[in-house]
Amino acid sequence: MSLSTLVEIRDLNFAYDKRPVLEGINMTFPKGKLVAIMGLSGCGKTTLLRHIGGALKPTKGYVKVDGQIVHELDQEGLYRMRRKMGMLFQFGALFTDMSVYENVAFQMREHTNLPEEIIHDLVLMKLHAVGLRSTHSLMPSELSGGMARRVALARAVALDPMLMMYDEPFAGLDPISLTVVGDLMRRLNDALGATSIVVTHDVQESMKIVDYVYFMAKGVIVAEGTPDQIRASDRDFVHQFVHGEMDGPVPFHYPGGDYRQDLNLRT
Amino acid sequence: MAASKTFKLIGHRTINTVWRIGTATRFFILTLLYSGTSFRRFHLIIKELFSTGVMSLIIIVVAGLFVGMVLGLQGYETLQRYGSESALGVMVALGLVRELGPVVAALLFASRAGSAMTAEIGLMRATEQISAMEMMAVNPIARIVAPRFWAGVISMPLLAALFSAVGVFGGYFVGVIQIGVDDGSFWAQMQAAVDFREDIMNGVLKSVVFGTVVTVIALFEGYDAPPTAEGVSGATTRTVVTSSLAILMLDFVLTAIMFRGN
Repeated sequence: MSLSTLVEIRDLNFAYDKRPVLEGINMTFPKGKLVAIMGLSGCGKTTLLRHIGGALKPTKGYVKVDGQIVHELDQEGLYRMRRKMGMLFQFGALFTDMSVYENVAFQMREHTNLPEEIIHDLVLMKLHAVGLRSTHSLMPSELSGGMARRVALARAVALDPMLMMYDEPFAGLDPISLTVVGDLMRRLNDALGATSIVVTHDVQESMKIVDYVYFMAKGVIVAEGTPDQIRASDRDFVHQFVHGEMDGPVPFHYPGGDYRQDLNLRT
Repeated sequence: MAASKTFKLIGHRTINTVWRIGTATRFFILTLLYSGTSFRRFHLIIKELFSTGVMSLIIIVVAGLFVGMVLGLQGYETLQRYGSESALGVMVALGLVRELGPVVAALLFASRAGSAMTAEIGLMRATEQISAMEMMAVNPIARIVAPRFWAGVISMPLLAALFSAVGVFGGYFVGVIQIGVDDGSFWAQMQAAVDFREDIMNGVLKSVVFGTVVTVIALFEGYDAPPTAEGVSGATTRTVVTSSLAILMLDFVLTAIMFRGN
């Protein structure tokens, strides 16, 4: 693992019971880069992210973060590692019984002994960075989907993580929020000097901000490259995915029996 | 063929039940092990005491009053046949502190606070709040479960005591004020017959046990609920059903141990 690599995945295999979900995954995430993992729903993207966060143990292979093999860490070691990670969940996952302020202050209060005045200033600065300083007294139920995602982003970067993970950050957002969230992800990554991993199937928005793309299908990597290389790819699956075509290697019809037979038609 | 299917089904259900009991026990032990944070930061427990204890006050007080009033009426009806209506106070007080206080308060607690705990934690799981907490390197059992557990264990005996106290006043209202049982003998006989250790402390012990059981069931069902709408609703139903049955069964066992031969 070179000094410029933060996350390294080697020959990662994982199966739920006996059903393989990930097979022979090799990925490298260099420091300071924003890398996307794309693919259809159910292709194993989120499972992969859960391995990086240490929520799942691989059946074979490993994920190395900052030089440490994640699944070999004990709970204390894993928690120490996670303090250096931030994660944005699909719908924000804000704590609904806490205000926006308390959500952003949560990690600071749990992991530091900072005095309340400093926490106050830090929280407002984090909220200011996502443009929502004035919402600090609101409850999560009072926020729109896009605002909740931005507050969750402020909460995720509360302790200036070295690794940011985004699980479908663009799902269900309006076009303005989409651009705002995408732009924030890029700016925060660069400002923090962090490394970001974005799991998404939003091709257009993510291609604008990421440095490198991995394409996954059925638990394996089928293509990788810079956004320009991916756009220019002539591989059928990548072409269909990037251009959102109805038919191709991923068929429109769910595989099944003969249509005529299902309708009881005589040939 | 049908017999083999039935046999398989029974086997499957039995294994499933044993598995769940094991998981719940492990969950309970982990809750106890990770309780340190709750006591170091007692405000976490106080916040939960408000939502589980204080918010259950109205239902407990109203139910206690009516149960006491019914005891007053029924007790008078039976006792006056033997000319012992002056023992009404004893009957109302013993009925409440030994049985009805702990049991009915626990049943109400299971349906009011237990179901709310399950639904809240189940929804936290469904909306990834628990996963988010784990990713922030904060143990959800220490931060979410343990404060609620201790709030349940602390508030249950207090609610049961309040239930019994209000119930005694309900019995007094019906027996003494409405029907006209002698005021002095109502209180004096109660004072003479109710033993602090035998009756009151045993009642308190019962409610501590019920509080522990109800809270563990409620928290476990919420924590273990499948992250879907049906999952959370099923878990909430299971909390009320399982804890109600557990209260009644445990009540029999505890009564048999505590009041044997008295």
